[in-house]
Amino acid sequence: MNCSRFRSGVTIVALALLLGGCATTGLNGQAEVPPMHSIEEFRGQRFAEVADPWEGFNRSMYRFNYTIDKHLLIPVVNGYEFVTPTFLQERISGFFSNLGEIRNFTNSLFQLKGMESVTTLGRFVTNSTVGLGGMFDPAAGFGMKRHNQDFGRTLGYWGVDSGPYLVLPFFGPSSLRDAGGLVVDNAVRYGIYSAVDPFAASGNSFAIAAGISTLEVIDERHKQSFRYHESGYPFEYYFVRFLVHEKREIESGRHDPSE
Amino acid sequence: MKYLKSLLLVCFILFPLSAHSADADYGYPIPGSHEATILGTPADLIPPFPAQTNTSQLVLEVIPGRIRPAVFYYDEGLRITFAYQTKPAPLIFLIAGAGAGDRSAKNMTMMKAFHQAGFHVISLPSPSNANFIISASQSSVPGDLTEDAADLYRVMDVVWKRVAGDIEVTSFHLCGYSLGATQAAFVAKLDDERRLFNFRRVLMINPSVNLYNSVTRIEELMQQISGGSRNQGNFFNKILSKFSQFYRYGNYVAINDDFLYAIYSERLFSRKETAGLIGLTYRINLAGMIFASDVMTNSGYVVAKNRVLNYTDPLFDYFLVSCNLSFFDYINEYLYPYFRTQRPGLTKQAFIDSLSLRSIEKYLKSSTKFGVMTNENDFIVTRAELDYLRELFGERTRIYPRGGHLGNLEYKENLTYMVDFFKESL
Repeated sequence: MNCSRFRSGVTIVALALLLGGCATTGLNGQAEVPPMHSIEEFRGQRFAEVADPWEGFNRSMYRFNYTIDKHLLIPVVNGYEFVTPTFLQERISGFFSNLGEIRNFTNSLFQLKGMESVTTLGRFVTNSTVGLGGMFDPAAGFGMKRHNQDFGRTLGYWGVDSGPYLVLPFFGPSSLRDAGGLVVDNAVRYGIYSAVDPFAASGNSFAIAAGISTLEVIDERHKQSFRYHESGYPFEYYFVRFLVHEKREIESGRHDPSE
Repeated sequence: MKYLKSLLLVCFILFPLSAHSADADYGYPIPGSHEATILGTPADLIPPFPAQTNTSQLVLEVIPGRIRPAVFYYDEGLRITFAYQTKPAPLIFLIAGAGAGDRSAKNMTMMKAFHQAGFHVISLPSPSNANFIISASQSSVPGDLTEDAADLYRVMDVVWKRVAGDIEVTSFHLCGYSLGATQAAFVAKLDDERRLFNFRRVLMINPSVNLYNSVTRIEELMQQISGGSRNQGNFFNKILSKFSQFYRYGNYVAINDDFLYAIYSERLFSRKETAGLIGLTYRINLAGMIFASDVMTNSGYVVAKNRVLNYTDPLFDYFLVSCNLSFFDYINEYLYPYFRTQRPGLTKQAFIDSLSLRSIEKYLKSSTKFGVMTNENDFIVTRAELDYLRELFGERTRIYPRGGHLGNLEYKENLTYMVDFFKESL
């Protein structure tokens, strides 16, 4: 390896960067002029901030999700909504919500919440049987309220900080902690699924599972009315970041800005 | 992300006073002006609509060759939403309120109500919405009623050319709320000169009589923040802390309707705090408009002149700076100077006077196509301005006893009134 050539290459790049940094030229090569109002005027007035050291990456992912949504997911969801009667859509949503009770249950256990675990288990049993596999929700009628839980919240409950904001491809806005939680929840789910293997007898286990997973993704997007950049608001990224972060903080009972 | 909406609601939730007012016939339940404005209409008092309607979103190239900076990569043209009938029908253009897009919740509810009643509906964003500033405004400087009306009229022309082959229209109508209502009056005036549509009926919902006066009202709300508008950051953090503590100690299962109702019924926030919240919401809205306009015109107002922003560049400082600017700052430092260069000799007072229905009152009085629907306790108009509306439009003025600013727009009785207003002209 020719070391000196490598080094001179680095020098040239560094020089170029330095020079580029010196001359702040902008639009059509014209020099930048400082704006009438800048942040120096308003020090000490910051609000709605969230730790976001990977903002460049996150904004790229935000854009990626916008593109995937626009060209793939939303057209598919639109097609799904067009061909599927509303009644059927609701039954499908119910079915997947009921499967989600497994995640709610394991995590209320992880948080040692006795009553909540019993309620969630009761919901799952009731809705899986009387509610025809979760298509209906008779448990709510019996006063059993749904408690959404996930491993990210379990970590938060035991004192783990949310960590930096993170926009995941496909899954959307999250945090380092919640992204880890998502991995754990899916691992637990996969473990349970493999142990039960409900379609083993069919001989077509993989194809059926793949079909169901696809439907789940469609149902998931169908249930969320959020559309990337629909607001047109130039600061939408920050708005979403703040709301997502704050909701997670509040619901895991951790946040108090005055502390 | 349904929870986003819920959380937004939480952000703007207030305290209750169970409804009891002189006007016993009117069923809208929230008596306070600020509370009604923030809470809107309770879900069970909004009429049900069919789950599916014939709608589509169109993206229009309104100004051919318009160059859009990379930071607005998602803006590919003006977005409008269109709900159509499959048989000949009258068509209503809807103009959204300050900052709102074509899919704003209020426009969508009105669209469903009108569509259900047999109208074609075309929903347009407000000229103060970033999408409009970027893709449909000739100057990209929103705020002048005459120019905004000209931009809107051009958009209507473009949309109509696009859909004319697909639908049959028997007559044209116009409807707008808040800033969109005031703009509707100016659009109607322009149409009387150009005669593209010959609008038969024009409904103005919670209009501003004079934009400068309304803006003054809104800035007064901001002043109720302790320490004044300059203290908005601390105010915001305090509000946030209040409701997260309320959640923590209240043993709620989720941020849902139960939780929202509890905040309302426990009077978590004071009157001054609700005022501050409304003011701050307007400021956050205005921030988007200022930034979009500044980038489009390269004026060097909050972004350095000649700076090229990329889609990964951080914008948070621009957000904070823009939120700290008031409507007065925008008018004095940006809007008025721009129009003074366009119209030499324009004085500040003459400019402010032009931002008013009074500047076209002769026309408004002479026409019978207008109707107004607003509320006794709408904070963007004064008592004198309400009287002025009554004087201008006579019996075509409907003033409800409560509802604040737009709070009762989705209430069933109000929607029925709107539909009937257009129907009786057919």
